[in-house]
Amino acid sequence: MSAAPKHAPTMAQMSLAERLAPYAPILLVVGLVIAGFVAIPATSSWLTLTVSGLAMGMMIFIMASGLTLVFGLMDVINFGHGAFVSVGAFVGVSFLLLLEHMTGAPNLLWNLTALMVAIVGAMAATGLMGYAFERVIVKPVYGHHLKQILVTMGGLIVVEQLIIVLWGPEEIYITRPEALKGAITFAGAALEKYRLVAVAIGLVVFLAMRYTLRRTKIGLIVRAGVENGEMVQALGYNLRMVFIGVFVAGSALAGLGGVLWGLYQEVITAHMGNQTMILVFIVVIIGGLGSVEGCFIGALMVGLLQNYVAFLEPKAALISNIALMVAILMWRPMGMIPVVKAK
Amino acid sequence: MSDPILKLEGVFTNIAQYHILQGVELTVPRGEVTMLLGRNGVGKTTTLRTIIGHWRAHQGSVMFDGQDITKLPTPAIARAGIGFVPEDMGIFADLTVEENMILAAVSGAIDDNRLQWLFTVFPALETFWKKDAGTLSGGQKQMLSIARAMIEERALYLIDEPTKGLAPAIITTMARAIKELKQQGASILLVEQNFAVAKALGDSANVMDDGRMAWSGQMAELTQDAELQERLMGLSMEAH
Amino acid sequence: MLKTLVSGDTPRSPILLAILIVILICLAFAPFLFPGVRSVDTAARICIFIVLVASYDLLLGYGGIVSFAHTMFFGLGAYGVALASTHMGRGFDALLVGSVAGAALAALLALVIGLFSLRVRAIFFAMITLAVASAVAVLVSQLSSLTGGEDGLSFKIPRALGPAFKFMDGELFGVKANGKLLKYYLVFISCFVLFLFMLRVVNSPFGRVLQAIRENDFRAEAIGYRVVHYRVAATCLSAAIAALAGALYAIWLRYVGPDTTLSMEIMIDILLMVVIGGMGTMYGAVIGATLFVLAQNYLQNVLSLAGESVANLPLLPDLLNADRWLLWLGVLFILSVYFFPTGIVGRLRGK
Repeated sequence: MSAAPKHAPTMAQMSLAERLAPYAPILLVVGLVIAGFVAIPATSSWLTLTVSGLAMGMMIFIMASGLTLVFGLMDVINFGHGAFVSVGAFVGVSFLLLLEHMTGAPNLLWNLTALMVAIVGAMAATGLMGYAFERVIVKPVYGHHLKQILVTMGGLIVVEQLIIVLWGPEEIYITRPEALKGAITFAGAALEKYRLVAVAIGLVVFLAMRYTLRRTKIGLIVRAGVENGEMVQALGYNLRMVFIGVFVAGSALAGLGGVLWGLYQEVITAHMGNQTMILVFIVVIIGGLGSVEGCFIGALMVGLLQNYVAFLEPKAALISNIALMVAILMWRPMGMIPVVKAK
Repeated sequence: MSDPILKLEGVFTNIAQYHILQGVELTVPRGEVTMLLGRNGVGKTTTLRTIIGHWRAHQGSVMFDGQDITKLPTPAIARAGIGFVPEDMGIFADLTVEENMILAAVSGAIDDNRLQWLFTVFPALETFWKKDAGTLSGGQKQMLSIARAMIEERALYLIDEPTKGLAPAIITTMARAIKELKQQGASILLVEQNFAVAKALGDSANVMDDGRMAWSGQMAELTQDAELQERLMGLSMEAH
Repeated sequence: MLKTLVSGDTPRSPILLAILIVILICLAFAPFLFPGVRSVDTAARICIFIVLVASYDLLLGYGGIVSFAHTMFFGLGAYGVALASTHMGRGFDALLVGSVAGAALAALLALVIGLFSLRVRAIFFAMITLAVASAVAVLVSQLSSLTGGEDGLSFKIPRALGPAFKFMDGELFGVKANGKLLKYYLVFISCFVLFLFMLRVVNSPFGRVLQAIRENDFRAEAIGYRVVHYRVAATCLSAAIAALAGALYAIWLRYVGPDTTLSMEIMIDILLMVVIGGMGTMYGAVIGATLFVLAQNYLQNVLSLAGESVANLPLLPDLLNADRWLLWLGVLFILSVYFFPTGIVGRLRGK
């Protein structure tokens, strides 16, 4: 009878590990923040870097979310997604330049209004462009990954060139709205105002997206469609229409990401979108292709790691993200939150 | 008797280069349970999938309630009044039981009376209402799959092997559910390998072989004729 | 005899055959037919890009895998030669060591990436190669003490390949018989051999299995072929050959830098060449690379003339600007994927 008490604790431990398994990805983010705290000597630098990392992560999430959902829903991989980021940045910046009297004034309300106008303009433009892209470029190559990759890459080339035709080949330097320049000091750490705004916008987007996916019928259709599109159709929902909607929304979000990223870098080029795709692809792979939560967590990890490592060893920053991807894929080959397909 | 709810005429369906259906003729009378029987791989599931529009008939016609649905997209076929319970149940594992049901109520919110009735038919659904559907047992998933099709009134239900791999007690629950559905006036096209269930539920029967209808008639006729059963379906049916 | 040389994979179209013969003759006798510095340079570029694009076709057209790291492998060979020549001193031994080391490293890296991504999903490969290749490009420009950073590395190649070296007195058919001529033939013959080798590979049993996998990977797996093994092997082979092409490119230019080997622009050029020439045909690489390099060097002049002729109209001059030729290539590329997935070669063969 001595075996039973011996056996029981093992069972309890097993079930604890099992219960923790679904939360492992989010715990990894916490672990990363703690590791950063340990590795970085000054607490104030750590705080600054954490905020930058979160800001960067939020922006990458905004850009990546559409890509991952489009893949999950229709098995479509869009290598031209970066084009929307670039176009969003150029349209947004054009609006900001038009509204210079508003962005130049040291008035937070005016500045934010101008930023909102720029964001809405950029999202409208990229959303519309997403619709055209889906109809013209993506639609003829459904169910054919190789052609999708080639054709969407071709679309990216064309869009980049059109940006150069419309806005010229030179990079455009921009300054942030007056009230968003500089930093505030908190607990001895300098926190850039703009990054705090980026974190706020990112959180709002994530929560809105989560609410839509969890609490609305259209969200249920999308989630169910990711798992088993055929059954969603058999229930009577036109998944194609939903998909076009998701594609447009994802493109608009990429445009939003473009505006934010442009203001973050303070310079925009036609190729910036494709450059951000490097991080975006890493994020969607480690998050699990098709998973919005995975994408969010992956984006935060990439943002934080990039900032911590850049501080500790600048040259290793980009490589660190590759290393992160390799480590995650060794742990879970389908990404942190694998999307189970019924078919 | 009035005109049939569903009529397939000379339906040919190819999947890739394989000719699965080769001229299927099928009539489903109103208000009855019509059995679709036959050995594995003769095209029963493909017939259902062709009706709902997952596969396309490249020849022949599918008439539903006097309307030609052969070329309609799947969502339009479903909304015309056909409920579908696929062989693999098609449960959304990441969604809760509740969310699965909300989604199934295509035309709006869930009708509470109908839901209460479903809870009496499948009490397990009420117990696991807030659970992820992926955590349910096989039998519970099957109940959810059928309940999902039943949450809104449909003129015709296509149900593919609802008793596959289930315990006898749950099979009884399934059979009762299908009977209640019929009492409400619905028409049902049921694929079934369990001959006892087929015998208990079926009004008329259709036996497929090699992509065609090998025999059509009354279920009673088939149950009484052991020699006919053996010729059409082999010995394996009796073993169930 | 000729048929054996091309491994039985004949052009199968009289027009294609004629075009290929013209290209072969022009490249084989380029220094004598087109003696200008610029035209010989163009010919060498064509040779190298034919090999580079053909090695990419091995992966894309025969393996059905999209990679964005082909320039990285190309660069590994080029940097291998440059670094070996810098550190070992000029000499053929350095060229050999650099090329072999570059090709081996490329194959090894391809093996690691392939095992990581192809095991799970073929599309992971495209994304991961894009990420890794970009990271390597950034790393190369950051490690300037080793790689010369953005400026790249200029290095000395053996004297026997330089213009000062005379292997015989006077001229050969009116061309100076110097090391530059030898260097061209080193490039030409190496490329010719590599191309024939690849033709052999795609027509071997290995190549046939690859094509079976491209057509239907589930069925190939069901028949009993380990799809992942074949795909990874194709990746490694393709990477090694790309690295050798890179080594030849570095030798030809006596220089290596991020812009000449690692840039995303070159990756896109390769994609355009293989798709427009014809995926999965090998000869498509010859047609694609030749057309593309010629166009890059000469057609831009035509485009700028067209731009001038509409100078008064709005927007059109911008669209026809010589710098915008990528725009039109992009459009052509998309249309090719839709309507002529077998490219020019496929068209000529009447498919």
